[in-house]
Amino acid sequence: MITILTLFPLVGGLAVLALSRARTAARALSLAVAAATLIMALLIWRVFEPARFGMQFQDFHQWAPSLGIAYHTGVDGLGVLMITLAAIVTLMSLVASWSNQKLTPVFCALVLFLEAGLIGTFTALNFVHWFIFWELSLIPAFFLIRLYGGSGRARASMQFFLYTMVGSIALLLAFLAIFLATGRFDFLDLTRLAQAGQLTPALANLHWPGTNAHIAQLLFWAAFLGFAVKTPVVPFHTWLPAAYAEAPSEATMVLTGAMSKMGIYGFLRILLPIFPEQMQQARTPLLILAVASIVLPAFAAWVQKDLKRTFAYSSVNHLGYCVLGVCAATQLTEMRLSPEKAAALTGVLLQIFSHALTAALLFWTIALLERRTGGLRGVEEFGGLRRVTPVFAGLMGITIFASLGLPGLSGFPGEFLIFKGSFPLATWATVVSVLGLLMTAVFLLTVIQKVFSGPVNPRWQSMPDLTTAERLTLAPAIALMFVLGLYPQLITGMIHATIAQWATGVGF
Amino acid sequence: MLAWTIYLSFLGAAAARFAPSKQLARIVALLTAVTGFALTIVALIHWQPGELLTVARIPWIPQLGIEYHLAADGISMTVLLLTGIAAIAGILFSWNIEHRTQEFFAFYLVLIGGVYGVFLSFDLFLLFVFYEIAIIPKYFLIAIWGSVPREAAGGANPGAAREYAAMKLAIYSFAGSALVLAGMAAVWTLSPGHSLSLETLSQVPFSTHFQMAAFPMVFVGFAVLAGMWPFHTWAPTGHAAAPTAASMLLAGVVMKLGAYGCLRVAMMLFPRGLDPWGFHFLGLGSWRDVFAVLAVIGIVYGASVALVQRDFKFVIGYSSVSHMGFVLLGLMTLTQIGLDGAVFQMFSHGIIAGLLFAVVGRMVYDRTHTRDFAQLEPMGLARVIPFAAVTFILASVASIGMPGFSGFIAEFQVLVGAWHSIPWTAIVAGIGILVGIAFTWRALTKAFFGEPTPAAAHDHPLPPITLPEKCGAILLLATTLAVGLYPRVLTDLILPTLNSPLFHGLRTGAWR
Repeated sequence: MITILTLFPLVGGLAVLALSRARTAARALSLAVAAATLIMALLIWRVFEPARFGMQFQDFHQWAPSLGIAYHTGVDGLGVLMITLAAIVTLMSLVASWSNQKLTPVFCALVLFLEAGLIGTFTALNFVHWFIFWELSLIPAFFLIRLYGGSGRARASMQFFLYTMVGSIALLLAFLAIFLATGRFDFLDLTRLAQAGQLTPALANLHWPGTNAHIAQLLFWAAFLGFAVKTPVVPFHTWLPAAYAEAPSEATMVLTGAMSKMGIYGFLRILLPIFPEQMQQARTPLLILAVASIVLPAFAAWVQKDLKRTFAYSSVNHLGYCVLGVCAATQLTEMRLSPEKAAALTGVLLQIFSHALTAALLFWTIALLERRTGGLRGVEEFGGLRRVTPVFAGLMGITIFASLGLPGLSGFPGEFLIFKGSFPLATWATVVSVLGLLMTAVFLLTVIQKVFSGPVNPRWQSMPDLTTAERLTLAPAIALMFVLGLYPQLITGMIHATIAQWATGVGF
Repeated sequence: MLAWTIYLSFLGAAAARFAPSKQLARIVALLTAVTGFALTIVALIHWQPGELLTVARIPWIPQLGIEYHLAADGISMTVLLLTGIAAIAGILFSWNIEHRTQEFFAFYLVLIGGVYGVFLSFDLFLLFVFYEIAIIPKYFLIAIWGSVPREAAGGANPGAAREYAAMKLAIYSFAGSALVLAGMAAVWTLSPGHSLSLETLSQVPFSTHFQMAAFPMVFVGFAVLAGMWPFHTWAPTGHAAAPTAASMLLAGVVMKLGAYGCLRVAMMLFPRGLDPWGFHFLGLGSWRDVFAVLAVIGIVYGASVALVQRDFKFVIGYSSVSHMGFVLLGLMTLTQIGLDGAVFQMFSHGIIAGLLFAVVGRMVYDRTHTRDFAQLEPMGLARVIPFAAVTFILASVASIGMPGFSGFIAEFQVLVGAWHSIPWTAIVAGIGILVGIAFTWRALTKAFFGEPTPAAAHDHPLPPITLPEKCGAILLLATTLAVGLYPRVLTDLILPTLNSPLFHGLRTGAWR
């Protein structure tokens, strides 16, 4: 089932490429493929049994036994959440690109390839198998920026590629070392070893001069680097504003909505279960990085002149909350199952989902704006759009409020639970982060103020409001934000077994 | 029946030479290659794991103990499969040759026949004969049909540059052969009953002293052709000057002749030659250390030099030196996984290098008539010939060792083996892989993804990619992907053979 789900967008993308002469047909096909993928993902969501511990829908085939490599897929609560999210964001992006004539069918195919890479990453359970998808998703993302980006696309795509590549290589080296010491690549096997406290001693087999504890710590940081670049965590984020701003907004929707989640996914699937001791030891620097990822980008976003850059920094800021939640949950507590840890981790997952929705929607609205202004998107260049295009301003306003965490909208439960869980576990870090929360509100409200209120900029006097088709396509996503804000149990119901596993370390 | 791969190639060569039309010569060549491959497959189906399949064994020059002895084990089977596939692909990629077509395919098939012969010979003398047979057509293929652009020839006459490359290749090959010949003579003298059968000789316990002396001589003799640093310099010039199909065979198969000889003759007959000397010189304690060092130097050096080339084909030429370094390193690990990786890499590199040369030589050079990055960059070839770009992207990721392609399984096994035997070589080789990523990336972006200037784009529309090219590219891509996804196809051939009596001597040495 999962294999089909992964291959489906890939095959669909190839079919779209084959059809690329007939533009409309190719686009329609890409939409159909994305919709069908979403339906399959929802089917998995439906059949998934949330109360069961461990992986479901597992599929295991030997590949190169001498190298510990197997084809191994499966999903737990986290996996189900991620594939659904990837499918939703892809569909949104393809819908958004429908009326943009610059984006050829090749664009649609690349988005579908990226989706396949993402779903593969979110379901693979053997390092090598996982790493293929992790890297493969880089290729369509690179070309999305390189072929369809703005004027600085060559530089931005190159920077993006090099940064992620360096991170990936560090990650690869870490896992090679683990393989050489233990002979295993399987995430589940490694998790079991680590949770039984056997992984660190096993690394002594590596024949490496130096003490074991240090080597394990070193490997943790190498793996961390891979995910920190992807998420990104400050100070490894500098590729992101350029990449997000240069990519066409429709592509940025997928980059920020789904691809940035690969990093957080890595934190949850790999770092937290496989390096529990190392994460505890590295807790203080990790928390500092998390706080920096929350606070600094919020300030940076405030002073950006380009709306896309503002929201790019906002993306770093929002994922910073996730990193904070994960790092806080590494605190050793007296009870094995601490409600604080569970709260923080639940918050992280809610935040992942909510950020995917809101960030994708924000870039969608920017795409709509760009189409009306011919590509202009400076914060200062608008004013009073509230009066000219009330519906557009209203919908984008809702999205911005969801993004800053207004109760009733999807951003609130996640951020609230992260702060609630983190406060007792990492008090000072949480306190400083609240400052970031404040800044988040400040810069998002600044955007609203500068773009929507104030005197009407005469230049955009006659800007058309959203068409009926645009309103209808935006509506389901906006509705979903309300649903998640009012009824977060939709997600929490799926994940409590997974959360309990992470919070206790039992049941792997 | 397997012997017919050799006879058929020579018959095919004669038929192609005297074919009445060019098209007929092409078809004859293709049919010959396909039949040879099919024969290998059929033999493979009947082959038992670990078995030494005797194909023919009749006395040839009984006075000297020389037999006509053809046989195949799993390692031969692996390289035979490679030869079959590379031969078919090479013919598909030289479909457009119009200059002396019949002779081209005749020489081509003689080369293939010689290669099949080497891989099937189990008599040392016979192996040597086929080894020499293979050198001659290589010379003519380069000297007559070679491709040397004027700028690469340094202003000199392109014909002279071709002959220079061809002669360099021939001289290096013959010099290597001379070392092998000397080793062969010594073995013949010392072996009881003056036999030259590899099967017999592999069970003869030569004195350690003799093995220590004979091993480096024979190993170096073969390793010249495998592109071992510092004897690699024929490889980039030869590859770059050769016509596409010949570069594909040179990198794809001929370099494997050398590596195969290293394993089949030097290591199988003189396993004690790898033992420690008992003293240390510059930190090296055995021939094994020496050749491991040369192998990793080759890996890093080849990749570094490839990083700064201005000629597209030289990049691939030097990359072959780098990737063949993995074969030699794998052999020197003396671990089961490392040797498996080495043989796997022979196959994998044969396919991938063939593909890279096909893109550079046939798809790009034959259309643009330049291999200079400075001239290719403004063409923005990715938009002009997207099929070539996609093929090259896939070949590149296969070449840098992306999991899912054959190169990963091969190089990774070598690295694991190296880590368990001589750890620091694994680290240096790992750095070589990183440099490999860098030069592959550089070549890819420069050749295909330069910013097209309007003038260059519309100057002369390039002819579209033809059907034979597409078939050849798909054949090679499918092979590297299939082997990468299901490596047991090859490991089930190689591993039982490594555990067979032939390699008993090697296993009891420093083997882990």
